[in-house]
Amino acid sequence: MSYLDHAATTPILPEAAAALTGALSAYGNASSLHSSGRRARRAVEEARESIAAALGARPSEVIFTSGGTESDNLAVKGIYWARKAADPRRTRVLVSAVEHHAVLDAALWLAEHDGAEVTLLEVDDFGRVHEDTLRAAIAENPDDVAVVSVMWANNEVGTVNPVRELAGTCALHGIPFHTDAVQAVGVLPVDFGRSGAGALTLSGHKVGGPYGVGVLLLSRDVACTPVSHGGGQERDVRSGTLDVPAIVALATAVRVATEQRARRSTTLARLRDDLVRAVRAVVPDAVLNGDPGESEVDGGPSRLPGNAHFSFPGCEGDSLLMLLDARGIECSTGSACTAGVAQPSHVLLAMGTDAAAARGSLRFSLGHTSTDADVRALGDAIGPVVARARNAGLAGLRRGASPAEV
Amino acid sequence: MRVLAAMSGGVDSAVAAARAVEAGHDVVGVHLALSAKPGTLRTGSRGCCTVEDAHDARRVADLLGIPFYVWDFAERFTEDVVEDFVAEYAAGRTPNPCLKCNERIKFEALLDKAVALGFDAVCTGHYARLATVDGKPELRRAADPDKDQSYVLASLTAEQLAHAMFPLGGSVKSDVRAEAAERGLAVAEKPDSYDICFIPDGDTRAFLTGKLGTRPGTLVDDQTGAVLGVHAGVHGFTVGQRHGLGIDTPAADGKPRYVLSLEPVRGTVRVGPAERLAVREILGDRPVWPSGDPLTGTVECVAQIRAHGGTTPATASLVDGRLLVHPVGELRGVAPGQAVVLYRPDPAGDVVLGSAMISATG
Repeated sequence: MSYLDHAATTPILPEAAAALTGALSAYGNASSLHSSGRRARRAVEEARESIAAALGARPSEVIFTSGGTESDNLAVKGIYWARKAADPRRTRVLVSAVEHHAVLDAALWLAEHDGAEVTLLEVDDFGRVHEDTLRAAIAENPDDVAVVSVMWANNEVGTVNPVRELAGTCALHGIPFHTDAVQAVGVLPVDFGRSGAGALTLSGHKVGGPYGVGVLLLSRDVACTPVSHGGGQERDVRSGTLDVPAIVALATAVRVATEQRARRSTTLARLRDDLVRAVRAVVPDAVLNGDPGESEVDGGPSRLPGNAHFSFPGCEGDSLLMLLDARGIECSTGSACTAGVAQPSHVLLAMGTDAAAARGSLRFSLGHTSTDADVRALGDAIGPVVARARNAGLAGLRRGASPAEV
Repeated sequence: MRVLAAMSGGVDSAVAAARAVEAGHDVVGVHLALSAKPGTLRTGSRGCCTVEDAHDARRVADLLGIPFYVWDFAERFTEDVVEDFVAEYAAGRTPNPCLKCNERIKFEALLDKAVALGFDAVCTGHYARLATVDGKPELRRAADPDKDQSYVLASLTAEQLAHAMFPLGGSVKSDVRAEAAERGLAVAEKPDSYDICFIPDGDTRAFLTGKLGTRPGTLVDDQTGAVLGVHAGVHGFTVGQRHGLGIDTPAADGKPRYVLSLEPVRGTVRVGPAERLAVREILGDRPVWPSGDPLTGTVECVAQIRAHGGTTPATASLVDGRLLVHPVGELRGVAPGQAVVLYRPDPAGDVVLGSAMISATG
């Protein structure tokens, strides 16, 4: 079995698994005042400090959530509401066109239900947001921008955004900048303080921690209206009894992942380059989407080191996925919707890829358990698989449509 | 064999897939997403392409231990089935969308893709008996006369049938449900679907009006030429229809009136008494032979002219590439756009000889 879908979820790190199981049998509500409560609270606070230290944040900036989706929703909606409450003119939400749906749909929800005006920031052919695009969007009227959200690195095509530059542009106007760093932590040098971001999303299971836990790093000077109300935990921003074992395991995963980041990043980039070469050797017309990964952004690589995203002309992604799955190779066609139907990726469409090419795309993502054997297995399988999928063509598409128009 | 099981999320396709697995085939389950807007077509248990149905199919695949995928055929379905359905009604004909879906989606788009991807057959939960005789496909009515679907499969070519698998053909529905329950499949009690899946509320006329708008025309007495009323479009009618004509005045002889014919260009719906519905001749276009062998000479057979009922002894022959059918005795309410399917009666299940699209009657 070759698991090449670490961007979807990566196996839990042994250290995190040990921390999780170790903490599961302890009890205590971190909000309780007795000894069990204090013990639980201590574990949470140590986790908070550890995460803050690993990511260049202050402990008070760490807000525990149920994961990336909640963190993104809390940041986009909460900051929007707080900013609008302070000044009703602030109704504009600027997000990149290639955001994860957790950001994109939160913004669009605000547009539909709360009077927000959403601007989708255009990206270049690699899927990158340029500072001048953001600057121009803000310049339309700096006073009415509530919040800006641009992901640190794209989950589909792996392109890294110039977060520090973008955050700096927002800072000039006092606009809070949120970044979804779910894919970045553990492989890119993520330093919250130095990034200049006001809010940053982190997910547990993407860094080798457990599912169902995440963090929103939220700067002390960024006001955020809660989405869920209750016991007032987490600075009153996110109520709910804290999941102590998950938080402890998450902190362990973040510590280990950031400690091993430089080495892991190098290993993954080498494996990824091998993978790209192996695919191109047998499928010369495969198109690598996203940044080529040969330059630097904010002191790190310009592409996620574990990400390889291809379009295979004339193939349907779901055919490719099924054929690879049958050969024990697991990858992804991109974003899935609720029905499990592969829609053409909004990321690729925003990058200017035509819909047919977008439907014929696969993402291979490497992680801490990936090996040379995984890459070899893909290299052996991809040739025949692409040939067969090409033979099957684009069966679900309109009959008369030429590849260019679909 | 490598078998691709089309799994709608209903009990029939679930048991069909289970039987294919049990027969030792290498089975992969696929749910076809047919709605252009997944999630908007929520019809409880009645539709065939809701998110819940995909979920039900997935849970069956889990229990069977087979891989499961959702494939998007929404564009092809919209074009080949839904748009065709609308265009046929607009042209004054009465289409059968299930037949079209079998012909163009399940056993064309899906089958082509499956074969290209290395599968030997597509397995569905249809009720029809399929065998190979002398190297040729032989399609028969199902063992369960109430569930028999040979009519909507008869337009498949020999080549298509050679790659089809209908494991339920020899079973009756109650046994299939019992088997599903025995196998622990959660869909065992799921209600049957009767309606057209893309018209979940069953209101075909409203659906067509939404697509075609109002195209006013007149209801005309076929004998006298008298205008009896106005209507919102010929797509609201089908030949043989008696109810919902919207005519206030009763016929002079007091007999009920029926739709006799539809003229889409002028928007005329001709109505008359039941006896005027009788046809002595049916002409069918694009004949298809399940065995691959065209009809030779004049053949005595049983003709069926709609999905449920409408059978009559007949003689049939092939004339200039079209099927000419003469019902023995009187056959009423033959609607252009429906299929005429010819059967050779057989105690072991009537054998499908051929099928064609009804283009004209006389």
